[in-house]
Amino acid sequence: MIAPPPREGTGHFSRGIHPPGHKEATRDKRVVVMDTPEHLEIPLLQNAGAAAECKLRPNSLVEAGDLLADSGQGLSAPIHASAAGKLGRTVKTTLPNARHVDAVKLTPSADAPSRGHLLWAKLSASRWDPVSALSFSPEEILTRIRAAGVVGMGGATFPTHVKLTPREDKPARRLLVNGCECEPYLTADARLMEEAAGAVVTGALCAARACGAYRVDIAVEDNKPAAIAALKDAAAGTWVRIRKVETKYPMGGEKQMIRAVYGRVVPEGGLPLDVGVVVINVSTAASIAMAVLHEEPLTHRVVTVTGPAIREPRNLFIPVGASFADVVAQCGGLTDRASRVISGGPMMGFTIPSLSVTVTKGVNGILALESEPKTSKTETACLRCGRCADTCPLNLVPARLVQASRHRRFDLAKQNHILSCMECGCCAYSCPAGIPLVQWIRAGKSGVRKSMPPRRGS
Amino acid sequence: MDASPPLSLEVASSPHIANTRATTRNMMFDVFIGLSPVLFVALYQHGTSALWRLGLCGAVCALTEAACDKARGRAHTLTNGSAVLTGLLLALSLPPTAPPAMILLGGVVSIALGKAVFGGLGQNMFNPAMVGRAFVSVAFPAAVSGAAYVTDGMSGATPLAAFRQERAFPPLGDLFLGNVSGSLGEVSALACLIGGGYLLLRRSASWQIPVGLLSTLLMLGLLRHASLGSPDEWNALHELSSGAVLFGAFFIATDPVTSPLSHKGRLFFGVGVGALTWFFRAFSGYPEGMMFAVLLMNAVTPLFNQFMVPKPSGAVA
Repeated sequence: MIAPPPREGTGHFSRGIHPPGHKEATRDKRVVVMDTPEHLEIPLLQNAGAAAECKLRPNSLVEAGDLLADSGQGLSAPIHASAAGKLGRTVKTTLPNARHVDAVKLTPSADAPSRGHLLWAKLSASRWDPVSALSFSPEEILTRIRAAGVVGMGGATFPTHVKLTPREDKPARRLLVNGCECEPYLTADARLMEEAAGAVVTGALCAARACGAYRVDIAVEDNKPAAIAALKDAAAGTWVRIRKVETKYPMGGEKQMIRAVYGRVVPEGGLPLDVGVVVINVSTAASIAMAVLHEEPLTHRVVTVTGPAIREPRNLFIPVGASFADVVAQCGGLTDRASRVISGGPMMGFTIPSLSVTVTKGVNGILALESEPKTSKTETACLRCGRCADTCPLNLVPARLVQASRHRRFDLAKQNHILSCMECGCCAYSCPAGIPLVQWIRAGKSGVRKSMPPRRGS
Repeated sequence: MDASPPLSLEVASSPHIANTRATTRNMMFDVFIGLSPVLFVALYQHGTSALWRLGLCGAVCALTEAACDKARGRAHTLTNGSAVLTGLLLALSLPPTAPPAMILLGGVVSIALGKAVFGGLGQNMFNPAMVGRAFVSVAFPAAVSGAAYVTDGMSGATPLAAFRQERAFPPLGDLFLGNVSGSLGEVSALACLIGGGYLLLRRSASWQIPVGLLSTLLMLGLLRHASLGSPDEWNALHELSSGAVLFGAFFIATDPVTSPLSHKGRLFFGVGVGALTWFFRAFSGYPEGMMFAVLLMNAVTPLFNQFMVPKPSGAVA
């Protein structure tokens, strides 16, 4: 197939919603390095794919940034020590997505210098030289990314070196860096772009060189003018382009962003690579820069800790393995009316069952909401008003998916493209009848998947 | 882990926020606002006789809804406003001389047979107000005949009946402002356009249905006009602004429950209502066919929902 000529997007995508941003609480607060907590529990699975295996014995002493665990599998990423200290036993821990995995206990030593401060100083330095990315070969960049354990930090935690490895059948032409952060409340990416713009731009160039993309665009929603200005400044003299897009949910969805920036439509069930695009998050880009230029493994990340039930909302630079309880405690604790604590944003985040879950490489926000009857409406009958269809960015008819799922008609659900749903939640947000559409669609999807293979095979 | 009290956290599915302004009640309230110009014209033209008919019909529908809820042992659903809305729509579609018995019966049938038997709001197949209207027009043929539209203020047949019988029709200006006889809600094209425009702006009614309906009727009207010959005859604009077309296009056919879900389905639904209305007008024994057109298209709405699945983003073929 002949490569189509590069096209431009309009900065918009169809449908979607405009929820209130709620970003005021932390938008203008500089990133603060979290004090190293007394205990860390570092999960050995923090990526999509295979878990890492810890070869170190309990009671061994490790330096900050030392390799803790790795895996021989292709789809995996190594895990490093977030602080210097003494290893404890391997225990079971709960990830924010409710998965139970092995974790290594680490007791940071009190007298060791804080790795968080060191890393943040490097990240937010003003002397990043983006063009230095070119002095590394693509192979070298990929090796360093793998060694540093970089995974997708927007939430999917797909190992970055795998994503960036060039594929003969589907060449990557454009690298799109996701600085949209369309979830309400969250400001971690916005702060990172503002305070560590040099790292973001440098990482984007490294990633582009690794995957062979000849164009690099950083997409930022137009409600973040300070981030746009900082990035433009950092990108001056490079061919990285900063693309302002409309503030709209879910602009940070890959398909919506590609539509807005390049005007191209990712095929149903396909990947961005099908239209020659590789998408990475801005936090991932910054981590790539740290991995390639400083050979610093990914052990810390910026997290927005916010919401009406957090006493002192802030943007924290948090060591991987810190418990939500410790993080929340450093933000003044929860108010008495706290009812839900969410890992991620309010649209797609997971509620966590207890504060003992740990922060992983994929956690971009910790949001605490108060109990108020307004957060969830009482469910009434579906009016078939079609607002769900009016807002679905993928042009599905969510009401029909729900209907099929409710009646366990998984054939109908599949026929109505239930598997294309990305669970962005626009439908449930807009539903006048307060129907939990996403929940029903998830149930429907799992029903479709369960009923699929035998039928297909025969 | 300091001395914080034991915390019980809710576990729930995303999304964790909702648009609290989007509620069923607010949607119904929007339709009330949209109806207000139409109600104003009805009250202005017929005064107290319109007032008590509207009030009676709304009250009957609300009571029937309450009774049905009670009979089925479920919490009352009156506060969502849909029953009163059905009552108003029914009253507005009846002649200004409708006898109380007709209103009572129409209201009861609308809610009980039009809605409750299907399982209440959201489950009904047919537009409840039109079910009631169809019932009374069969049960009280005299009360919906041409003579029923003769009132103190307005004499003479409705424009559609007059055209059918004598090839006579009022000037467009009268049709536009409502200076003609007709059902309580249908006479003024202007009022329907203002109220309907509000609903479309608020997206409380989907634009696809009125656009499909009116454009179809316009085209068929042009055809009919061409076949009639002389230029000052009944033309396509008469077709649009007479009878129940505008009222039906904006307030009846747009009922979300009984119209298709997808945009494309709604467009075709509108086209179907428009074409059937024209067909009934041109070829049936009735001067007006809006009500039957809506009911017939309601019947095929499940088919639209079944077969007009919009193509998802990025889907091939």
